Amino acid sequence: MTEQQSRRLALVIVVVVCLGALGGLFFFAKGNLVYYWTPTEMEEALAQSTDDYNGAVIRLGAVVKAETLEWDKESQEINFVATDGTTDVPVLATGAPPAMFREGIGVVVEGRLGQSGVFLSDRLMVKHSNEYRVPDEEAGDPMSVYKTVEDL
Amino acid sequence: MISLIGRGLVLLALAAAVSGCVVGSISGIRKRDRGGDWTRNLTFAFGSFMVMATLLMEYALITHDFSVGYVAQVGSLSTPLHITIVSLWSALEGSILFWGFVLGIYAMVFAWTTRGRHPQHTAYSLAVLLGVAVFFCFLVASVADPFAAVEVVPPDGPGPNPLLQNHVLMIIHPPALYLGFVGMSVPFAMACSALLAGRLDAAWMQMLRRWTLLVWSFLTLGILLGGWWSYEVLGWGGYWAWDPVENASFMPWLAATAFLHSAMVTARKGLFSGWSLVLVIASFLLTLLGTFMTRSGVFNSVHSFTQSPIGPVFLVFIAIVLVFSVILLSARLDTLAAKDASIGSAVSREGSFLLNNLLFVCFTFTVLLGTLYPLIVEAISENRISVGQPYFDAMSAPICLALLFLMGVGPVLPWGRSEPGQVRQLFVRPAVFSVVVGALSFALGVRSPWVIGTFSMATFAAWASVRELSTPVLLRMRKQGEALPKALLESAIRTRRRFGGHIVHLGVVAMAVSVASATHWREDVDLTLTQDEPVEVFGYTLTYLGAENQDQPHRVSQVGRFSAAAGGRDLGVLEPRFNRYKKRGDEVPSPAVYSGPKEDLYLSLLRVDDDGTASLRVVVQPMVAWLWVGGLMMVFGSFIASFPERILRRRSSVEAQGDVA
Repeated sequence: MTEQQSRRLALVIVVVVCLGALGGLFFFAKGNLVYYWTPTEMEEALAQSTDDYNGAVIRLGAVVKAETLEWDKESQEINFVATDGTTDVPVLATGAPPAMFREGIGVVVEGRLGQSGVFLSDRLMVKHSNEYRVPDEEAGDPMSVYKTVEDL
Repeated sequence: MISLIGRGLVLLALAAAVSGCVVGSISGIRKRDRGGDWTRNLTFAFGSFMVMATLLMEYALITHDFSVGYVAQVGSLSTPLHITIVSLWSALEGSILFWGFVLGIYAMVFAWTTRGRHPQHTAYSLAVLLGVAVFFCFLVASVADPFAAVEVVPPDGPGPNPLLQNHVLMIIHPPALYLGFVGMSVPFAMACSALLAGRLDAAWMQMLRRWTLLVWSFLTLGILLGGWWSYEVLGWGGYWAWDPVENASFMPWLAATAFLHSAMVTARKGLFSGWSLVLVIASFLLTLLGTFMTRSGVFNSVHSFTQSPIGPVFLVFIAIVLVFSVILLSARLDTLAAKDASIGSAVSREGSFLLNNLLFVCFTFTVLLGTLYPLIVEAISENRISVGQPYFDAMSAPICLALLFLMGVGPVLPWGRSEPGQVRQLFVRPAVFSVVVGALSFALGVRSPWVIGTFSMATFAAWASVRELSTPVLLRMRKQGEALPKALLESAIRTRRRFGGHIVHLGVVAMAVSVASATHWREDVDLTLTQDEPVEVFGYTLTYLGAENQDQPHRVSQVGRFSAAAGGRDLGVLEPRFNRYKKRGDEVPSPAVYSGPKEDLYLSLLRVDDDGTASLRVVVQPMVAWLWVGGLMMVFGSFIASFPERILRRRSSVEAQGDVA
């Protein structure tokens, strides 16, 4: 093989494998994309097509609604309602809520939407900031929660 | 006052960089030596001004001069001194200044080490290097100005980002990464100069390899420390999440690794020379892309990145470098191609290196695709998504296995052509042995094909490296009767590139085994413990002893105390905690880790309640410690391999004289 031939060969292989990666992305995409939604956006998207998002991982940016947080120490179950002021989503998580996890605080909840309409969370991430705000009115854009959490 | 002087220094650095870039280009085109001296002097001027500006900023930070914008942003009277010093890289403006500082140091070292050699190449390289410097000086002078004067001087500031204050790794991780990122501009400049001059001498190629290797060591160290930091701080027991910020540092590393391998073929056979330069340029472009990704906030939202002016400016610079590189490559690549060189056979060292390069390029592309895909989707459809870990895991696992396999093949195969009998003789034993290891792990209950494959291929790769390392040492001991330490040292010095390379490979083997084991056997659970009631979990006995608050000037820590025991052996008291930073009010978790050669016990405090209970996340992962050992071996090996020859030559010539006497 001369240099020119080998370069051509290399180019062909690179193109083929890159197409493979592209294909892989789409092949694995269904269960692999993580959607960043607020409760309202999630409702809208699911109203449009449930099938497309069936079982998709969702990162819900929301605020823990006041007077809804319940934690059962025995069963290690956490129940609360995530809200963006317009739409409420009941959330079920297992484990212990982190100390910062309080009512009225901005959170990112990662998980899937269960059949019963309850959001089953695998991971609770708290916005690491202590600037307490009145929920609902001043929580502002729940999307801003992503920024502070993603910075970590 | 400091604002004024600081700005002046930055502008002087900018002026030096601009004029050095122009003079260097002209002297390169005209091949004039005097212009080269001027370029070198202007490089020293640029570097010195940058160093002075940075020292001035440090002075402002240490003296808490809140009239300087950056100090008002990250300084605080209650922050301990060592944190104040390093808060230079705790926010955007300071880190860009620090970037300029590192670039200044690199440029001066490069100008110093190339004095009197390769005049045309050096002039071009310095011109390109100073061209990059112009951009960063421009950033510091305009959109990311740390010296901006504050109109109403505050009495105190908020202090640096709590994450920086929380862990020592966050103090050393950024500089290491910066040394890697900024350093990549030196190989880039050298590659450009080879293209501009239209020739690539063996000596220049060797220098290019050494510089890239050095920069690669820092990059490796930076990435390693980043993973280590997220393990020690973030509280979920992981070290790598395929986060855009992590991918940003991983992509240039992959491209640079590909170059380090292709460069060996270029040096030996004259093949792939143009391709090698493409890889260097790609590495540099990927560092720029990485900086853009982490600094512009584009990943918070495509639509918000224009809020900070640095994003668009960076994008323009990337476009300029891209266009410049493409034009340069298309104009000059043909002049570098070796006319008569060819690959002898696919089963040869150069054949395996070609395959290695393809894999690394595909790996880079895979990561790039997964990282940028969300941006494309958001730009088109307003849907905010990210590509989850499963994509990256599914794509990278086969590539990594293939690379492990090549590590066991490539360094063993001869250059050129190999006879079938020779191949059989070389590979029968390691192949049998690795199959045995695979079968053994299956017999012991491992069912995941990826884990079995990793163990098996790791054995195969380790065999090659151990043999390549031990053969010369054993030969010296037998033939020349040297003792083990002397034989080891001598062969390390005499064939240090090969020696260092195989240590790097062994480090990779350790990391592969560690990642496979830690991922496969990871166990985690959230628990709520009641005080003084022992709980059994994953073979450990944990007892909650109580919580306490520790008050320091800049933070309050809530510390949970847990005693841990395993199999009747006391492991002592582990103290996971939250640190609450007073000025910013942020709470940062600080997990506690009991680390052993077999496995890690990882405790992350979730909450402490008044009723005598505490909740924590318990993670047990085997072999995590080997990840850090393997990573440090990679850094150590590459430092050995990039050790300057001149120092060694001087040493051995002194020795030779000693022998004569």
